[in-house]
Amino acid sequence: MSHDPGFKSGEEKLIYMANQIADTFQAMQPHDAVNETADHINKFWEPRMRRHLFEIIERGGQGLKPLVLEAAPKVKRPREEAGV
Amino acid sequence: MCFVNETDYGTPAVRSDKTVTLTIDGREITAPEGTSIMRAAREAGIVVPKLCASDMVKAFGSCRLCLVEIEGRGGTPASCTTPVADGLNVSTQTDRLQSIRRGVMELYMSDHPEDCPACAAGDCEMTAMAETVGLKEIRYGREGANHIWPAHDGGANPLFMEQDVSNPYFAYDASQCIVCSLCVRACEEQQGTFALTVEGRGFESRISAGMHEPFLESECVSCGACVQACPTGALREKSVIEMGMPDRSVVTTCAYCGVGCSFKAEMQGEEVVRMVPYKGGKANRGHSCVKGRFAYGYTTHKDRILNPMVREKITDPWREVTWEEAYAHVANEFRRIQYQYGKGAVGGITSSRCTNEETYLVQKLVRQGFGNNNVDTCARVCHSPTGYGLKTTFGTSAGTQDFDSIEHADVVMVIGANPTDAHPVFASRMKKRLREGAKLIVVDPRRIDLVRMPHVEASHHLPLRPGTNVAVLTALAHVIVSEGLMNETFIRERCDWDEFQDWASFVLQPENSPEAVETVSGVPAETIRAAARLYATGGNAAIYYGLGVTEHSQGSTTVMAIANLAMATGNIGRPGVGVNPLRGQNNVQGSCDMGSFPHELPGYRHISEEATRAIYESLWGVKLDDEPGLRINNMLDAAVEGSFKALYIQGEDILQSDPNTKHVAAGLEAMECVVVHDLFLNETANYAHVFLPGSTFLEKDGTFTNAERRINLVRKVMEPKCGYADWEVTQEIARAIGKDWNYQHPSEIMAEIAATTPSFSGVTYDLLEREGSVQWPCNEKAPTGTPVMHMDGFVRGKGKFIRTAYLATDEKSGPRFPLLLTTGRILSQYNVGAQTRRTDNVMWHGEDLLEIHPFDAENRGIRSGDWVKLASRSGETSLRAKITDRVAPGVVYTTFHHPDTQANVVTTEYADWATGCPEYKVTAVQVSPSNGPTEWQREYEEHSRRSRRVVQVEAAE
Ligand code: SF4
Ligand code: SF4
Ligand code: FES
Repeated sequence: MSHDPGFKSGEEKLIYMANQIADTFQAMQPHDAVNETADHINKFWEPRMRRHLFEIIERGGQGLKPLVLEAAPKVKRPREEAGV
Repeated sequence: MCFVNETDYGTPAVRSDKTVTLTIDGREITAPEGTSIMRAAREAGIVVPKLCASDMVKAFGSCRLCLVEIEGRGGTPASCTTPVADGLNVSTQTDRLQSIRRGVMELYMSDHPEDCPACAAGDCEMTAMAETVGLKEIRYGREGANHIWPAHDGGANPLFMEQDVSNPYFAYDASQCIVCSLCVRACEEQQGTFALTVEGRGFESRISAGMHEPFLESECVSCGACVQACPTGALREKSVIEMGMPDRSVVTTCAYCGVGCSFKAEMQGEEVVRMVPYKGGKANRGHSCVKGRFAYGYTTHKDRILNPMVREKITDPWREVTWEEAYAHVANEFRRIQYQYGKGAVGGITSSRCTNEETYLVQKLVRQGFGNNNVDTCARVCHSPTGYGLKTTFGTSAGTQDFDSIEHADVVMVIGANPTDAHPVFASRMKKRLREGAKLIVVDPRRIDLVRMPHVEASHHLPLRPGTNVAVLTALAHVIVSEGLMNETFIRERCDWDEFQDWASFVLQPENSPEAVETVSGVPAETIRAAARLYATGGNAAIYYGLGVTEHSQGSTTVMAIANLAMATGNIGRPGVGVNPLRGQNNVQGSCDMGSFPHELPGYRHISEEATRAIYESLWGVKLDDEPGLRINNMLDAAVEGSFKALYIQGEDILQSDPNTKHVAAGLEAMECVVVHDLFLNETANYAHVFLPGSTFLEKDGTFTNAERRINLVRKVMEPKCGYADWEVTQEIARAIGKDWNYQHPSEIMAEIAATTPSFSGVTYDLLEREGSVQWPCNEKAPTGTPVMHMDGFVRGKGKFIRTAYLATDEKSGPRFPLLLTTGRILSQYNVGAQTRRTDNVMWHGEDLLEIHPFDAENRGIRSGDWVKLASRSGETSLRAKITDRVAPGVVYTTFHHPDTQANVVTTEYADWATGCPEYKVTAVQVSPSNGPTEWQREYEEHSRRSRRVVQVEAAE
């Protein structure tokens, strides 16, 4: 078995999760979806995941839905931590 | 030592506002109207002899031992069936009564074996009753027609029945049966199974299971209610037959499921003789299921590991070490790893099988000791969406009712749950209410037992396609709003009106109409309409839901859709209604309450809240990280990436219970120090470097919190076989890494929880001893706890309506994987089966089976019992097929109790959008005939055999 779609790489999974959150808030709270998406990511994503998210965005944000990109400026930048 | 004796009042308590006053044996007695004379007398301390009555079931009046005389009435009425009335003058002890009773007992005894072993053991009420009524001799002798002797008058005795020992846990000896029908009534009224009947008539009559079958082959679910009810030795626990009667007992809490039944552990010294459900237990009211009552054999199973073990590589055999060496090893490794890879490279997993106190300590170890928030729990894989959804809409992460509430429900809606299998004791209480006339709606892809069973039939079954919960629930809301069936007064008073209007306009959109939803869900529009009308207008309506709701990519959304329905119809905030998650494992609720999630401190307070952190910082003397830590999934991802290296896992088998076994295995394999703290070498231990032996619920003090938020005491009835309770082991690890922990008893841990968590501030062990149990919130405002929540307004203030748009899961069936797999569990097994597989419960469920509709089976040339290959996008496994129309065409179903099946090899990594709860309930699969286990199953089997090798150290003498 070469490629296993059920077993995504860390990055694919992160993009998938961010989009899933954005889609849900788009449907749930259309007026405030940008803030809700950013808020959700801040509350539940640990710094390592947020750092990956910013890396993806800095490389052009390929695969991310527009709403995620719109929410990104409101996502908290993780502190730099020595040794990680 | 002490023995907890419970009074049997003879007939059930009656609820009535009216009381009546009468005289019994010269004493004036007041009792609620409708109470039997027997019960009124017993409550006043007057004991009337009885054989066929018990306060667990309705009176039947057949033994005639409880006769009384009533002034001005002729005859001698039975006190168990005669209700009290104003001004009655009753005598229970006259010469005439005694002589009638003696006659009755004499007849009974003439057909009762003289050398009955149960009588000798004191496990039979016959001798006691004979004594009470003063019976000295049996004039008729036992020579006549009888049920006692296999042979009689030189020929076979047609009345004699062989003992039935088919059930692994109890035996039925018809020769001792007095046909009092207590067992029949217990099976009907208490358990709701209707497995027993009285066969034959008069003297010929005997009790029989099913259609004159052995118990094991009948519909009997082995709950044991009949055994407990039997006044003679006819139905007896095999353990009592083997060991004799217990000499002490201790009240404690079942460690299996989220019902949280109270039991008396009846003991001889350090050994359990039997578990008897405790009537004082407010969750179970004296009833139990086969797991709690009988399946405790795992606690003494030979597979238990009793010595700590260590190994360098997971391919090495295990080496037994002393506890000191094990602690030192763990401390050194965790220190080294944190030094080398950073503070965040380690973490811990708490267990929903362990006590609240133990869970609290594990998260404390991580936050205080490791200095990060990398703590998670396996509750993630079942009910995290409940927490998220209910917190968002109502303001608390828990169910709204107590179990007693079901007694006031008029309409019961069961969504994605199978209570008769997964929450049997609550199911019995539910069935009782349904037999009394409450209406039932079932929303489930599979025709679960509740849909049609003796004396219960669902008004509506909505057999939706897996993954379409949100669509169907929103369609129910569509009907309620479009037909004006909502409760406007309630909404205006309790909820945010603007939000309601926004939501109402959303549900009215055409894509949410029953007709539109019929096309995605497969549920006929008319059925959706009828169910919505019944829910909204049928009186008190209560929703009970399970993992079929939460384990979806839209799990959190579904929970919010449920909350919307309850708010729109005003079905919240009083007995008989509400939103009730049925929790899987015994302490899922508690482990969530205790701060097991990486973003939350105990009591569901976000880690970013400064004031909350300050409480713990000053108590623990450390600075807490204000960032959320890693979830289980992220730990595994990070491990594969190389930044996460060590994990302490208490009482969980993440390899088996987490989705995508291969991903878990890869993550664990990439770590340098995996510490498994458990009873057995579980599947996860195949990847562990340190094994610390765990203790069972019988070996420690503590508390469990059940699905109704009820905090129940767990009491130690024997010394831990490995020497230490789990909380002591965690404490030693903390000490080894330099933390100054000094808990002498779990009650001190609870004191710390209470001191730091507002919803627990009133909880103490003293209070629990006094009240038996309490439901949180328990604080100044609710000193004895809170049975029903949101009584005068929602915890969050105004109830919040949320738009719940249906977004189809990305896990879709297609040409390669045309079927949808959904998973579940069955009664006799529990979770991944580590415990139940080590008991005689395997007699009911030897292996996992794949349920498939006859149509799909025929297309593939599959017959019942054939080996089939189950393949999905992520993997494949093999198991045997069972052909049944319980599942719809296009849907297949299996359980995941056996490690050989590895059903999770097949499930995917899709997860709930909000909480990461895996989507176990929908996987696109293909099924095809096969010859046996797959290559992965064989390889895994081999790996697990190799990694379980233990090298015993020679005793140093
Ligand atoms: S064990 Fe339970 S289900 Fe079985 S016959 Fe007895 S009461 Fe009925
Ligand atoms: S219903 Fe649950 S808590 Fe009660 S005895 Fe059975 S497994 Fe234990
Ligand atoms: S106890 Fe009343 S008739 Fe048997």
